[in-house]
This record gives sequence, C-alpha cells and structure tokens, in this order.
Amino acid sequence: MKYRSVFDIIGPVMVGPSSSHTAGAARIGRVARHLFGTLPDKVTIYLYGSFAKTYKGHGTDIALVGGLLDFDTFDDRIVKALTLAEEMGMDVTFHEEAVEMEHPNTARLVLEKGDEKLEVVGVSIGGGKIEITELNGYTLRLSGNQPAIFVVHRDQYGAIAKVADVLAKHEINISYMEVSRRAKGRTALMVIETDQTVSQSICEEIKHLPGMLNVVTLD
Amino acid sequence: MFRTVAELLQIAETEKIPISEVMIRMEIEESGRSREDIMEQMGRNLEVMEKAVERGINENIRSRSGLTGGDAKLIQKYMDSGKTLSGDTLLDAVSKAVSTNEVNAAMGKICATPTAGSAGVVPGVLFGLKPKLNPSREAMIRFLFTAGAFGFVVANNASISGAAGGCQAEVGSATGMAAAAAVEMAGGTPEQSAHAMAIALKNMLGLICDPVAGLVEVPCVMRNAMGAAQAIVAADIALAGVKSVIPCDEVIEAMHVVGRRMPTIYKETAEGGLAATPTGRRLAEKIFGSQTSSGR
Repeated sequence: MKYRSVFDIIGPVMVGPSSSHTAGAARIGRVARHLFGTLPDKVTIYLYGSFAKTYKGHGTDIALVGGLLDFDTFDDRIVKALTLAEEMGMDVTFHEEAVEMEHPNTARLVLEKGDEKLEVVGVSIGGGKIEITELNGYTLRLSGNQPAIFVVHRDQYGAIAKVADVLAKHEINISYMEVSRRAKGRTALMVIETDQTVSQSICEEIKHLPGMLNVVTLD
Repeated sequence: MFRTVAELLQIAETEKIPISEVMIRMEIEESGRSREDIMEQMGRNLEVMEKAVERGINENIRSRSGLTGGDAKLIQKYMDSGKTLSGDTLLDAVSKAVSTNEVNAAMGKICATPTAGSAGVVPGVLFGLKPKLNPSREAMIRFLFTAGAFGFVVANNASISGAAGGCQAEVGSATGMAAAAAVEMAGGTPEQSAHAMAIALKNMLGLICDPVAGLVEVPCVMRNAMGAAQAIVAADIALAGVKSVIPCDEVIEAMHVVGRRMPTIYKETAEGGLAATPTGRRLAEKIFGSQTSSGR
C-alpha cells in the first residue's frame, strides 16, 4: 500500500496552493538536496505532464527550489525561494518536457557542484506524497508500497554491514536493497526498502555511524 | 491494517470501537509511535486548520493572481443578515471551507485533507458543525482520524490526486471523508459513516479538474464550498437511516475507473472545462502572458 499513515491523508501542513505541485515538489527538491549533501551551484529541472502545465501557478518552481534550499513543506521562506536561491548563488533553469511519463507529476533534477553531479527523478503521487523512481540514470526498483531510506556514505568496507546491524538490532527486516557509487572511494548510496517503518531516532543512529553522511527518508 | 471500507467496518464492529479508534490503533501499530504522540500531531493539524479558517474570515486575504479572496467574509456577512435560505450551519461550514481555500490560494499555511486543493471541505464541515454539536477537543481530533480512515481507503484503492483522477478524486474524496466523520461526531454508527461517504462520493463522480489559468483558485474554492454543503447533507441522509444502494468500496472503485478513463484535458492540465472557456483563457493570458512560453 502506497499510503501507510493517516498523516499522509490528514497532512502535510504546508504552504499552498497544491499538495502535489507545491508540497510534493518541495519534498522532491529536499530529498535531492539531502542526497547531494550540500547546496548545488547549478540545478537543471525538467518538468513533465501536469507539473509542466501548471508549474507557474502552483508555485512548483518555487517549491522545488525551496526544497533544494532545504525548506520543509510548511516553511514560509518557500514563497521567496527563487530570490533566496539567487542570493545564495544557486543557478536554476526549468524546462517543460512534452514526453508523457507514467505519472503526471514527474520532475527530473540535475544537481551540480564542481565535478559532483546527481540526477534524481521524483514523482509527486498525490496529497504531498512522493516517490523517487530514478537515481543517476538507474531505475530504482522501489515499490513505493513499503517504507524506504537512502543512506549516503563514504565508500569504504563495512558500511553496509554497519547499517544492516543497526536495522537488525531494531528488528527491521530489509526487503530490498541496492547499492551504488559514483566513484570508488568517494561517496556511495544505499537504497533500502524495509518491512517496518524506520523511525527518526533509528535514522539518527545510522547517521551517527562512522562514514555515514546522511540518511534520507521520503516522508 | 485495513485496505477497504468493508475491512474498516469489520474491525470497528468486532472490537466495538468507533472508526476514529480503528485509525488511531492502526497508526500506533504501523508507526511504532505512542498514542500521545499521534494525538498530539493530529492536534497540531487541527490548530493549523483553525488558524486558516480564522485568517480567511478575519483578514483581507487575496491571492497573488487576484482571482480569489474575500468571499468567506462576504458569506459570513450575509449570514449576519439572518435571511439565509439554507440555514446557518450549512453556510457556516461553506464559508469556513471557502476561507481555508482562499488562504491556500494566497500561499498561506493549511493542512492538506487529503490535498491542498480540497483542504477546505473537512475543516469547513468540522468548524461549521462545532457551534451546533459542541464537541470536545478530543472529539474534534477524532473527527480528523475518521476522515483520515476513509481517505486512506480511497488513496490506496483509487486516487486522491486531480492529475490522476480529476476533482472527484480530490474534492469528491474530501466530501465523502467529511460526511463520514460528521456522522461519527453526531453519534452515528460506523456503517452509517460508510453510507454517508458513499452517498457523498457518488454525487461527485465525473467531476473534472479544470483549474482556470492552472491555479488552485477557480473553481477550486467554490468546489470546496459545495463539498462542505454536500457532506453535511449526505451525513444527514445517512443519519436518517438511508442506505447507499451501491456499497462504499464499489463507489470508490467506480470513481477510480472513471478517473482512469478521464481524458487528460480534464485532469489538472488546465486544458479543458472552465479553464478552456473564453473567460478562462483570457484570465490565463492576463496572468501569465503568452501560453507557449517555456522555462522561466
């Protein structure tokens, strides 16, 4: 089941006007930011479907940028995100794409800083809920029906074992896992789908393990 | 974990608990969080809704486009005249739904129920019924859990997104959710809640998402107004003992199929319906300039 919490239905608390095109967009931007780990210098955003057709009126552009600046859905600063991005030196361009994607609210974000690059495809499925379907050109096989976390870490031995240990300690079963890295010895990414929800405190515990850089959930 | 309304009712009837309690217990089990924590979060959602209702009625809200704002105040003022046709409870709910959506359109803070475009219906009904039913704060929080339970079923079996299912998926769902929650708050049974939801939702089948200029303003604000009114009427009909001939889960499935088959021009692309009227197009042109611009 895609929606697993009553707070997916009654919530999120957000700055309007659209839960899919504003709040969902802000969340996609924020996940991309957390996966990248820092403020990018340059972001190119491709919008598809309904996102592309209504983005100006729904503040999708503003919200995506707000998320990239690490604002949550209810952060009033979202309204001024484009100005703030300019002040902070983040260059953003938007492109409307005519291609029909599987879901009407899809955005592809390409984040760059120096020679660091991250490409994320996010989908806003409704009510503020999002899914990440592609990462650096690879289709993720996350079902969207179960909780999932992304762990960004330094590529070194023992990283996967340490994270798996923490999850096992809390009796959380891993249903699916994918690991990838941009370059040997640099940063790597674990995509982990679990049977049980990974609470904020467990995320914090994982984040504090040696070599971990960030833990990102989609909520 | 319930997937359908039938399962929801089954749990309510077996455990002899209201629907709000079924939802609370499921949330506790799924998230591993405490009851206090969960109730507190819903209490915060309630506060956000209260604030939005209050802002639209007391402040001079206007959206950036200028298309909406000020109607909640107008309706409240009309109610003060004492000469309304539909009665104060109904119009109070309507004005509070309008208020919430006006704040939403002005990029103010709201609580999505289940979406921002349909955020007015549930609080509109809740705060509209408040003077009449005098619920405790806990009862008001439970109202949201009941609404959430029905929305939960729709989200997992059909859709709550205008882009995927049209307005029937957003305001339609919200109207059904509010009707079901109103029944519980008024002392009705879980089964009656389900009938209220079915009766409300079936009357919104086929409702398209045709936002003028692609904004969440026209006709969204007025759709929430009508949703609030319909929800209260549907609740009354169910409380009278009327049963929906088509069971709730089947109405939800029908909404799902209708939504899938709906042409994309009617699914939040601002290409059909009211968005495509001469006035609609003129407004889009005025607000956004050339319609074939790309990028910023």
